[in-house]
Amino acid sequence: MFFSPPVFLFISIHLSLRQCVGEEIWVDSRTVYIGHKEPPPGAEAYIPQRYPDNRIVSSKYTFWNFIPKNLFEQFRRIANFYFLVIFLVQLIIDTPTSPVTSGLPLFFVITVTAIKQGYEDWLRHKADCSINECPVDVVQRGKVVRTQSHKLRVGDIVVVREDETFPCDLILLSSSRHDGTCYVTTTSLDGESSHKVPGQEVDSLHATIECEQPQPDLYKFVGRINIYKDKEEPVARPLGAENLLLRGATLKNTHHIYGTVAVYTGMETKMALNYQSKSQKRSAVEKSMNAFLIVYLCILISKAVINTVLKYAWQWSPDRDEPWYNHRTENERQRHVVIRAFTDFLAFMVLFNYIIPVSMYVTVEMQKFLGSYFITWDEEMFDEELGEGAQVNTSDLNEELGQVEYVFTDKTGTLTENNMEFIECCVDGNVYIPHEHEDLFFRALCLCHTVQVKEEETVDGIKRGIHQGRPTSFYISSSPDEVALVEGMKRGLFLFARLELKPLKKINEHEKVSPSLCQDCLPFRFELLHVLNFDSVRRRMSVIVKSSSGEYLLFCKGADSSIFPRVVSGKVEQVKARVEQNAVEGLRTLCVAYKRLSHSEYEEACHHLTTAKLALQDREQRLAQAYDIIERDFVLLGATAVEDRLQEKAADTIESLHKAGMKVWVLTGDKMETAAATCYASKLFRRSTQILELTKKRTEEQSLHDVLFELNRTVLRQRSISGYEIMLSVDCLDFGLIIDGATLSAVLKPNQEGAGPGNYREIFLEICRNCSAVLCCRMAPLQKAQIVKLIKASKEHPITLAIGDGANDVSMILEAHVGIGIMGKEGRQAARNSDYAIPKFKHLKKMLLVHGHYYYIRIAELVQYFFYKNVCFIFPQFLYQFFCGFSQQPLYDTAYLTLYNISFTSLPILLYSLVEQHVTMETLKKDPSLYRDIAKNSLLRWPVFLYWTCLGVFDAVIFFFGAYFLFDNTTFTSNGQMFGNWTFGTLVFTVLVFTVTLKLALDTHHWTWINHFVIWGSLLFYVIFSLLWGGIIWPFLNYQRMYYVFMQMLSSGPAWLSIILLITVSLLPDVIKKVLCRTMCPTISSCCALSSPFSLLAAP
Amino acid sequence: MMASSYNAKEEDGHHSGASSHGGAGAVKSKKPDNTAFKQQRLPAWQPILTAGTVLPAFFVIGLIFIPIGIGLFVSSNNIKEFEIDYTGVGESSPCHSCAKNFSWNSTTPCLCSVDFTLEQPFESNVFMYYGLSNFYQNHRRYVKSRDDSQLNGDRSALTSPSKECEPYRTSEGLPIAPCGAIANSLFNDTLELYHIDANGTSNSIPLVKKGIAWWTDKHVKFRNPGGNGNLTVAFQGTNKPVNWRRPVYELDPSDSENNGFINEDFIVWMRTAALPTFRKLYRIIQKKPSSTPTLPSGKYVLNITYNYPVLSFDGRKRMILSTISWMGGKNPFLGIAYITVGSICFFLGVVLLIIHHKYDTRNNSADIPN
Repeated sequence: MFFSPPVFLFISIHLSLRQCVGEEIWVDSRTVYIGHKEPPPGAEAYIPQRYPDNRIVSSKYTFWNFIPKNLFEQFRRIANFYFLVIFLVQLIIDTPTSPVTSGLPLFFVITVTAIKQGYEDWLRHKADCSINECPVDVVQRGKVVRTQSHKLRVGDIVVVREDETFPCDLILLSSSRHDGTCYVTTTSLDGESSHKVPGQEVDSLHATIECEQPQPDLYKFVGRINIYKDKEEPVARPLGAENLLLRGATLKNTHHIYGTVAVYTGMETKMALNYQSKSQKRSAVEKSMNAFLIVYLCILISKAVINTVLKYAWQWSPDRDEPWYNHRTENERQRHVVIRAFTDFLAFMVLFNYIIPVSMYVTVEMQKFLGSYFITWDEEMFDEELGEGAQVNTSDLNEELGQVEYVFTDKTGTLTENNMEFIECCVDGNVYIPHEHEDLFFRALCLCHTVQVKEEETVDGIKRGIHQGRPTSFYISSSPDEVALVEGMKRGLFLFARLELKPLKKINEHEKVSPSLCQDCLPFRFELLHVLNFDSVRRRMSVIVKSSSGEYLLFCKGADSSIFPRVVSGKVEQVKARVEQNAVEGLRTLCVAYKRLSHSEYEEACHHLTTAKLALQDREQRLAQAYDIIERDFVLLGATAVEDRLQEKAADTIESLHKAGMKVWVLTGDKMETAAATCYASKLFRRSTQILELTKKRTEEQSLHDVLFELNRTVLRQRSISGYEIMLSVDCLDFGLIIDGATLSAVLKPNQEGAGPGNYREIFLEICRNCSAVLCCRMAPLQKAQIVKLIKASKEHPITLAIGDGANDVSMILEAHVGIGIMGKEGRQAARNSDYAIPKFKHLKKMLLVHGHYYYIRIAELVQYFFYKNVCFIFPQFLYQFFCGFSQQPLYDTAYLTLYNISFTSLPILLYSLVEQHVTMETLKKDPSLYRDIAKNSLLRWPVFLYWTCLGVFDAVIFFFGAYFLFDNTTFTSNGQMFGNWTFGTLVFTVLVFTVTLKLALDTHHWTWINHFVIWGSLLFYVIFSLLWGGIIWPFLNYQRMYYVFMQMLSSGPAWLSIILLITVSLLPDVIKKVLCRTMCPTISSCCALSSPFSLLAAP
Repeated sequence: MMASSYNAKEEDGHHSGASSHGGAGAVKSKKPDNTAFKQQRLPAWQPILTAGTVLPAFFVIGLIFIPIGIGLFVSSNNIKEFEIDYTGVGESSPCHSCAKNFSWNSTTPCLCSVDFTLEQPFESNVFMYYGLSNFYQNHRRYVKSRDDSQLNGDRSALTSPSKECEPYRTSEGLPIAPCGAIANSLFNDTLELYHIDANGTSNSIPLVKKGIAWWTDKHVKFRNPGGNGNLTVAFQGTNKPVNWRRPVYELDPSDSENNGFINEDFIVWMRTAALPTFRKLYRIIQKKPSSTPTLPSGKYVLNITYNYPVLSFDGRKRMILSTISWMGGKNPFLGIAYITVGSICFFLGVVLLIIHHKYDTRNNSADIPN
């Protein structure tokens, strides 16, 4: 094109780059030619890479591959595959039931799922289409050309206007704003908004961008831009996440940005990469369900084996095998006996396969999906302030909410408001409360430091404030602490701050970033040179500024633990004392220090920073090293204290969780004293709680070993003393443990001595088990996840719940069985990665105690009932084999076999599992201890399962032998006519449908009109269907065995009497069991149900 | 970069919207509806099964079931039933020779007669059944071996019967009508009943064969091909089942309305029994207009045309005479079951009452200190 530098120049650049980044592998990065301007020719080293176009494909299927691919996906599920096998067996061999009986339900399930998935995919296609075809302005040969989004290529220069969404991942080159920055909201990505820094000017730019290959981390981007100018050494500049505009984000408050260049397109954008689903969590209920399924599979196989063996034993005499009235066909006779036996085995499998019902999976899935709407619909979990209610990200874990034993909660933003208020500051040991106008000098120092940082990040907020013609300003920052500090300063220096806002802004227009401070309308101006960003490992941040007098100053602000070791002078003792006192009061403290830099020092620091920032790989590490070198030898200035108020009803919630038998752990990065104060305030620790400390301070005095053993002894002694009076007073048994991050990592470290007496881990767990509350302070984000993992893996395998609001909680949210995100002020990351998101901590109470409890009892009943009703269904068929020569003759008609699970008995249990409330919501909320009733998966344990199965077998025996003895060799009608085998089956089936439905009716504690409608409706439907099914000669059927069978049965008095009798007998044991259990060993919930204002006679 | 949006508290509490929450309208639409269903607050009836509520139910069930049971038991006992086994297993039994010398090819029917005595007179209509034992009419291979379309008079099914009928589908190259194992094994003993009066003369007892099959079977489910015209023509091109002596259109020589597929004996047989021991209605002895009992007590002779072999599979044949009440034939089980269940409920009621009383007082006393 217009620019063609000499060949050698380019090569030299390349070499210098190589030297600069060391032994990096170049395949890991990509090179983008801005505006597709070719780099100097002859550069073989740049292998042109093929990039995808900017087409977003979020859809899974295309029109052509939908059917095969979807079927493949569906049959990968083990249950569907099982039914497919059964269906195929029915097609291939001669089986007792027609393939329709299993084919129809399977077809139904597959079709419904396929339609649902197809619809979702169609929506995705539509969305993709609209995204891919939306217009985009591209700069081509100096002109702005409008094109379609999917035609974008890597390297295109794109123009984006205000309120437009970025069509792909872009690097900001220039902006219409004077300071060259732009402001974006990434709500559709993570609900955050941020402010982006430009890379370069666009005009006649010839440059390449080197950056890493696409990776999903939204907050990480490492790249470098090389700008070629005529005959000059190319200039390399670092590019970081702050230069990257992510696809899906929206441009705000900036008229337009020019010359953004596409770096990642299409499916390689970070948004697309982030679509990958998280690992699947499975609930305890699902695990028990699978265990039950295996038991039933064994029952099924053993039934088939028993019957096959008996069949051949019984058929030993040829008179039985082939009596003269019932010959085999020639074909069958010639078949080998082994093949015949195997076919018989398969036929029995098919006959009994309904014991594992295809509909259970559908019903469970529907229950979970529909049931989760009750969470989103819940008005009490709606937060007016946020304008949002609870959010369900996965419905697979609804019932797990009722099983939680350990709650791990973050402190800041979760227990507390994360709404900071500046309380005081302390300079050189003197304490100042705002509103006092003295010692302005020190405050100014303090202010200077924070506001600089603030100013840099709050440009947009200030602008807005002015636009709306209001004198107040908004401060937007990544840390609420900083906002609180600035707010506090503003309060203290009310006049100056307000007056100075506008001029301040104007001044800024000229220099890039140079916030200034004023005192009595005299602006102090500083030029901001470097920002050493905050990170959770360093726990501090710094700025380097140049004052108007030309001095270089470095201000640092951070957690006391990270500042004090680096301080060389200043009134350390006084400040330390004050900081600790503040921490005890539950205030968040920050220390402020500074250091003066000489010019040479400054240059050196600059060098460190720029080399680190230019690195393509290990940039973070290099930066950390550079920061470490620079942030040294501080002079302590003072400390600030910020209050973070407890969230509304946080204490009440924690108390309820305690009463519900849950152990609450607070995991925080805060200081121990601050965190402990919050814990007391939130009633996690009570006055009576005996606090056990496992902190660095203690382990420095004694060895970790001794401390652990001593604590363990204390706990055990206490328990053995009061073991017998546990119930009398809970308070005296209360232990609270405080552990800090350093000690924790020591505990978790594998024992190096090897010979040590037992693992520390075990002892630690033993102590924890006996503590009702544990506070872990000074925790790194990863340690939070470690703790959760540790508890998860302990020998009781408790169900854990993690709740948090910030990015640092994501790891533990993902690790815990149930992860709950608070839609907090620190962004949406936690809510996005969680299974459930709630607006406030207090909503956890209703979530667990009410919704969790309901979901658990609902799904438990659903699972047990499904197995029960299918035992009732299939066991009579098994018994019938003993009376029909093991010939696999089905007892019921095909239609009954098919529809039993699909329509006769499906809706009542589905509705039950959606609306059942064994006790009222108010009772559950009032009495959290009810939660203990269902702890440890109590409704799905083996004894309960055995009870249900036995009940099913008992009922089945009653159905079959009841009918058997009634039918035995006698007439049922008053006209002497006889009934056949289909009437026998229909009688059993009628009793079966009624018993099974009425059993559910007995279990229903909450009869809404829907329950009435569905239960009585199902029974009515069964009767009407049977009348219809038997009332017509169905032309499409090749058999008419059911013709008038049902009506003939109803016309006989004894049939009615026996149906009533058999239903009564079948239900009797369950009623007796219920009454006895309620009277002899009542659970707490049953007592509550009794004392509830409703009585048996209360009308709806 | 962990950027986020945070708005410092504003004095007037107005939301800045900087983090794009949308206006008030958006907030409203997001708020869940306050409907009873969505809030899970539908009005509901909440019954609880406790001793107190179940007790009366138990007593009521007991009080209802016991009288019903007694009623059933009494009416079952009032039913007179007489059963005689004429298989001819024993050496001394009259049909022994017929049973022993049975051959499918014999052209002359084997006749035998069994004497029996009714101790009590049979009043009202008397139903005559034949019973078979150890005969698996409910065997799967047997049950499905029929073609309902053929039996419904479908012409195409008549000439090409369903495959289910194998190996009783065709014989000598012609389709069998009616095809299948069930039809092939039609019960073909002929039973005749004679009353020996005091003088020693035997009077034939009229046996009615109308009304032994379900009305719907006779009139809807079973149809002759081509209506009830000339059956010989209608069944042309088909063969009789292998074991039959006569073709289907000559089943009842005495009544032309009772031939073909709508022959009632045939229809009764085609309704397969549920259990290997079963009985099927054979004839009805209608009550006499006079007040004399239908079957007075005394000596009777049962004349049997012995065509049906059962000894090969160790089966038994019986003839049963039974009267019938509103609740069907003799079946003491239902009555006994009702009485038992009623008594159990009553007994449980008493036990629960005791338990309830005991635990109630204990609970109450435990409640007081709290």
